[in-house]
Amino acid sequence: MSSAFSSTSLKNHPGLDEWISVGTDGRIAIRTGKVDIGQRISTALAIIAADELDVDISRIDVIRTVTGEAPDEGITSGSNSMMESGAAIRLASATARAHLLAKAADRLGVDIDTLEIDDGLIQSRGTNRSVTFAELQGGIPFGLEVDPDISVKSPDDHKFVGQHIAPLGLSDIVKGEYTFLQDMKMPGMLHARVVRPPHYHARLRGLDDAVADRLAEGGMRLVRDGSYLAVAGPDEYAVIRAAERLSASCDWDAAGGIPQTDLYAALTGNERISLPVENDGVPQKKPVPPLEDPPEGTAQTLTARYDKPYHSHGSIGPSAGVALWQDDRLKVWSHSQGIYFLRDAIADALNIDADAVQIEHVPGAGCYGHNGADDAAFDAALIAHALPGTPVLLKWTREEEHSWAPYATAMSMEMQASLGADGRVTAWSQESYGDTFNMRPRSGPNQAGPARLLSSRFRADPPPPFIPQPTIARHVGIHRNLDPLYTFPNKRLVKNLVRDLPLRTSALRTLGAFGNVFALESFMDELAEAAGIDPVAFRLNHLEDPRGREVLETLAGQIDLTADDGRGRGIGFAQYKNLKAYSAVYVELEVNDAAEIVMHRALLVGDAGEIVDRDGLTAQFDGGFLQAASWAIYEQVTWDRDGITSRDWDGYPILRFDNIPEIETVLIERPGVPFLGAGEAVSGPTGAAIANAIYNATGIRLRRMPFTPDAIRAAALEV
Amino acid sequence: MENLTLTVNGKARDIECDPATPLIFILRNDLDLTGSKLGCGLEQCGACAVLVDGEPTLCCNRPAGEFTGKDIVTVEALAQDRTGAAVQRAFVAEGAAQCGYCTTGLVVAATSLLKKNANPDRKAIVEALSEHLCRCGSHARVIAAIHRAAGETANV
Repeated sequence: MSSAFSSTSLKNHPGLDEWISVGTDGRIAIRTGKVDIGQRISTALAIIAADELDVDISRIDVIRTVTGEAPDEGITSGSNSMMESGAAIRLASATARAHLLAKAADRLGVDIDTLEIDDGLIQSRGTNRSVTFAELQGGIPFGLEVDPDISVKSPDDHKFVGQHIAPLGLSDIVKGEYTFLQDMKMPGMLHARVVRPPHYHARLRGLDDAVADRLAEGGMRLVRDGSYLAVAGPDEYAVIRAAERLSASCDWDAAGGIPQTDLYAALTGNERISLPVENDGVPQKKPVPPLEDPPEGTAQTLTARYDKPYHSHGSIGPSAGVALWQDDRLKVWSHSQGIYFLRDAIADALNIDADAVQIEHVPGAGCYGHNGADDAAFDAALIAHALPGTPVLLKWTREEEHSWAPYATAMSMEMQASLGADGRVTAWSQESYGDTFNMRPRSGPNQAGPARLLSSRFRADPPPPFIPQPTIARHVGIHRNLDPLYTFPNKRLVKNLVRDLPLRTSALRTLGAFGNVFALESFMDELAEAAGIDPVAFRLNHLEDPRGREVLETLAGQIDLTADDGRGRGIGFAQYKNLKAYSAVYVELEVNDAAEIVMHRALLVGDAGEIVDRDGLTAQFDGGFLQAASWAIYEQVTWDRDGITSRDWDGYPILRFDNIPEIETVLIERPGVPFLGAGEAVSGPTGAAIANAIYNATGIRLRRMPFTPDAIRAAALEV
Repeated sequence: MENLTLTVNGKARDIECDPATPLIFILRNDLDLTGSKLGCGLEQCGACAVLVDGEPTLCCNRPAGEFTGKDIVTVEALAQDRTGAAVQRAFVAEGAAQCGYCTTGLVVAATSLLKKNANPDRKAIVEALSEHLCRCGSHARVIAAIHRAAGETANV
């Protein structure tokens, strides 16, 4: 079949050799710019390549991503990897297969139509003539461009696509034999730790030289640059102790501390840049239209405000980086999701040529967005740059990960909708407020890259502060999924980038979609009730998209929202970015006597186009559900004037094994239909489904996360 | 610095170290057993779990000196153990990890549980994993993997 598949990555990297090569041993190397962060992209890419090339999956090696060697596919984010790298690998593999077949026909002197491939062996039917991929192409570049119009295999001919395939690397992981970045070891390597100030605004006045001297005499290497302070040495625990001693000897100027404000008042009260969002989710540089009176025919108008706090990425492994500065070249090993941007930012910060910096991606613990990975890589680079010829493994502590990594911004969503007498929406308004999600260290004017690396701002000569501007691309940032997939007349959508909020923010899984869909899908239930219509029917009344309808109807066919057994039941629905995977989420829970939420059952229905790695895709759904449930029920970053107070797992509780529901994921089969990125599809619907189920169980409408016992008790007093 | 003798994975190992060093650094840096992960250093996440005289034990904060004379088993040795190997196979079969950073601690805890209770119910599994965190959301798969491993070991 001809390709419904296309990839923007091929525009920048059209060469087949950039993606695929055949080894002299017959192994197939696949190169990708997308990195493994627990989402199993390499497994999915291996499945695609194996089927398209007719080789066993065990013959495929997905090569670790290294700047300058792998195609630059930007950041591994936004649920883009399957649509970009997945489609590119499919087309590249099909191009390679066609070339190998043509070459074989020539070599064997047979008609190409007589050829069959079995695990890299090309045979001519009815003859004993055969040739292998290795004999044809082993070690030889293809010298071709990927044909974007190449025919790809029919789904009927797939052997691995859509099957249950064990994730690459998992058998090593369970045995403790998988090397994470944090496990790296090199001859002569020093361990390192940073001595952080108490909070963002503190600066180093001085430190006790006697302590520093004693540490240096004991073999510790101290690195200081303005208020940036780090220590390195051969023994990891000795380095930790040294960092503690140094920290205790520091005299910090607290500079007033972190401003104390009412967060939710600040979100809607502070200075802000406001842009209307139109044309399917695109912010417009024009004045925000006023909120109009309800149109004629309106029977009732509802308003509601929803809030979510700051959330931490909460990686289980604190961020780390390895770096070596040698012969005027810097090599960095990092678990960053955007190693190309990071390379440019580090080069800019150290004032060296980007070509002199190479970054190799090595998996760490899951990042889920822009956590401390990039900052830790820069820390390693700063320390290594001061210690030429010495490999440095820099690890953040648990407290650093919790208190210095960027957070997902707190958000407020103000909703207003009018309903006609027929229960149809006659007008719709949503305004979303938050800080930026866009603080990855991307290069730009005024040292925009270095300015967004944490430790830059503490150096003696810091870059100017980076002032984020509103992102104006479709569904990026605060306005991700602000525009509902539903068909509403008289839509008014506004994004507000709010200034002077207290905490450091950047990208966390789903960006604004988690808050926006929480608000939208909670409000849909409030409207359905006001209209006296079943929540599923109310949604379907406003939903034209056929695939969206099928997902929602499939969910509805397996649940009973009217069951009356003391449990609460709720749903949520969205198509991620109105462009990627569709998901509908059902949650069944109870609120116990201690006002705790106990989840019993979850049903997740998804449409992600053609299913490649069936188990990996299911894991993105069930894992995404549990992570979002954790955000909704348990999580919020806290702080006071003296710093972040949610500095570890006691101060920042997350979901544990004692509140795990039975989860069933149903995937709509779409063979041959382009992949839809699925890694963030269920998060938003999950937040709303839980809020809706709590309302269903108790009559309490929670509009601010997290849904803690305190929040439930406080809301119960108001009912 | 002192000379410390620790029994790790059945072998006596002599290590020159500060006995106040938490055991995890000895395992990872001196003995190259990096399967035990440093997640918090505060005994809050479970990524560092090892077996000490058969009991799952968090080793990120307790001094190595406290472990002399005890039988320390790390995740690296569990492939040689019938129950441990069954747990590892079950985790792979259930796809019970995403990033995998918390996984080895969970494998250790699950192995210890199944050695004491060959057929644990859900409540017993949840209890055994009460000190462990997972951030990718593999919890349901981990519970399923432990049920699977229990079924497998019971049938041998």
